[in-house]
Amino acid sequence: MAKKKVDLIVRRAFLKGREVDVHIANGEIAEIRDTETEFDPGKAEVQDAYGLTMLPSMIDVHVHLREPGFEYKEDVQSGLAAAAWGGFGAVMCMANTKPVNDVATTTELMLEKARAHWPDGPRLYPVGALTKGLKGEELAPMAELARAGCEAFSNDGLPVKNTDLFRRAMEYASDWGKPVIDHCEDPYMAVGAGINEGEVGDRLGLNGQPDVAEALQVARDILLAEYLDMHIHLAHISCRKSVDLIRFAKARGVRVTAETAPHYLILTDDYLEAPETQYSSYAKVNPPLRKEDDRLAMIEALEDGTIDILATDHAPHAEHEKEVEFDIAPCGISGLDTAFAVTWGLVRDGVLSEETFNRAWVTKPAEIFGFEYNQFNEGDPADFFLFDPEEDWVVGPDTMHSKGKNTPLRGGTLKGRVKTHFLRGKKIV
Amino acid sequence: MKWLHKDLLDVTQLSKSEAMSLFDTAAHFQEINQRPVKKVPTLKGRSVVLFFAEPSTRTKVSFDVAAKRLSADSFSLSKSMSSLTKGETLKDTVLTLQAMAPDCIVLRHWSSGASKFIADRLDCAVINAGDGRHAHPTQALLDSFTMFQEWGDLTGKTVLILGDIKHSRVARSNVILLNKLGVNVRMCAPRTLLPHTVRSWPCEVYSDLSEAVKGVNAVMCLRLQLERQKDGLLPNLREYAQTFGLSQRHIDLADKDVRIMHPGPMNRGVEISSDLADSAQSLVLDQVANGVSMRMALLFLYMTRKGMEEE
Repeated sequence: MAKKKVDLIVRRAFLKGREVDVHIANGEIAEIRDTETEFDPGKAEVQDAYGLTMLPSMIDVHVHLREPGFEYKEDVQSGLAAAAWGGFGAVMCMANTKPVNDVATTTELMLEKARAHWPDGPRLYPVGALTKGLKGEELAPMAELARAGCEAFSNDGLPVKNTDLFRRAMEYASDWGKPVIDHCEDPYMAVGAGINEGEVGDRLGLNGQPDVAEALQVARDILLAEYLDMHIHLAHISCRKSVDLIRFAKARGVRVTAETAPHYLILTDDYLEAPETQYSSYAKVNPPLRKEDDRLAMIEALEDGTIDILATDHAPHAEHEKEVEFDIAPCGISGLDTAFAVTWGLVRDGVLSEETFNRAWVTKPAEIFGFEYNQFNEGDPADFFLFDPEEDWVVGPDTMHSKGKNTPLRGGTLKGRVKTHFLRGKKIV
Repeated sequence: MKWLHKDLLDVTQLSKSEAMSLFDTAAHFQEINQRPVKKVPTLKGRSVVLFFAEPSTRTKVSFDVAAKRLSADSFSLSKSMSSLTKGETLKDTVLTLQAMAPDCIVLRHWSSGASKFIADRLDCAVINAGDGRHAHPTQALLDSFTMFQEWGDLTGKTVLILGDIKHSRVARSNVILLNKLGVNVRMCAPRTLLPHTVRSWPCEVYSDLSEAVKGVNAVMCLRLQLERQKDGLLPNLREYAQTFGLSQRHIDLADKDVRIMHPGPMNRGVEISSDLADSAQSLVLDQVANGVSMRMALLFLYMTRKGMEEE
């Protein structure tokens, strides 16, 4: 076989436990060599990676980029910048824009914005609405949406109340080979809550969402997926009860996959009672931060594969929207900027294994939704980022690329900072 | 006495000895309220804003009377008068108020945590006059002060809180303060009007009022919001009144010197029978009178704290 023409050599990167030179040709991984002392790059470009660690680009299957309609919160350009600097090479954006992504023109607009702003930037995969206007009354035109480029369907944020309609939506979506993502929440029990129903919420006098409100819908979805013999993907799982149900379903062979978000791995409702952060709307999120036992269940489930993947549920909001009374603040945490450092921190602390990290952010989301991904094998797409594992940075408006600065981590220090990111061998940041 | 707190957000902030010294201060001001000329110059030249974003008559009047008796200038702002109805945020409203340099803002608000929200953003003192269902520290203090006036030491007394505890900031603050003062707290309500995790609270919980009331030294009735029926928490008021309304047959089971309290406004014939409301055991009007004294004590301590620091 003729040797490929190497375009780029990443010098002295720390990859999978050793220092290597990574050779890239035609946007693909060509060869990985132990770092050579005698070095002649020839005509190849050289990226010095001394002191930096190399990881494959991550995939975030759950973000809200707010465009069209809410560009003051985020737009495709700022969202993709946050993704690139956050280590993500691909994101799936939810349909709750204005107008809702329930017609091809909206999908096309999102894709066109991405192409226009940043043709080589992180890939944007829109998620189409499952029902028209996310109203839960009529099916969205999923064939049209799939043709326009939607890679999954979801009523995220406004779960379908009518179980019969939800069943029909699953059936119809399956015709186009696109997964259905469900935001699990009982539409009556979960109303208007931004905190877990529990001791903290009761003491604070806030209307709480019980964990069973999530688990009831998880059970519904599992039973439907089994009955229809179809795949369903469960979004942002937050509690032990849901994990127990998913484990049970997987043991039965039900085709269910699930995600959780970084904030459920590191925070609990105690945050909302701590003196410094009491009633902080930065921690108002749906599903709400749960109890310590639930947090531990998320970590266990991620490790043992019951929870397949991580996703940020990146939900940027404007400062003036969050800086109001807890009851009227919108739900959501801006996650793209911090997700990598948070979860890599868990790897560094031995809470998550590196294999789990790789599966949860790279291989499994790609497999579930049908995207390409990099594992540094010859021929893999050269999608990777380099980060300084020792760099401390303070989370705040100056360090975040998303327009949404709404995160309970704001003011805190994280370790691990992305320095550069390549997609298909091209430097994007 | 040196007062250490900038704001009064909830009774959780107060130690037992601080509560006791508040009782002493309130008792001192009580004397002023019995004079023919009920005004002292203590807070002359200082100003307090009474910002009531939720309708309230008695708490607002109580604070207003307290402020005027101490010669403070008080300014009232209600939701309809403020720019909140024009879409202004709470943050902007209170920053605007602060720019006029009051010494204290008294806030009543429908959202739990609202007083903490403004206290974090303001340099002046903030007194929580009720935030959502979270806390109502001045009510709890005047309730305990009223019992203190009746009994002296509260240690070992048993108090029953009866009614809609789930939605009640009065109940939340009272449970905390009464426990600090050594009172055994009982609660009685239908399960739908109790917080989900009430078993973790420092109190005994009853569903049967006849059991709950046995031997208690005081019953604190809570107002039932009439919309609870619409919320699906009660079948109807008649059934509630028959099952959880306090009447003479319950009082016969309590301690012979039992006292009856209510933060007002009362729904006669719903949570409390009309005769009990008017009975000799009722402390309802003492609570109102003591409310003025307690709020005088609080305004005095919170509004003079800054001056004392500088001295």
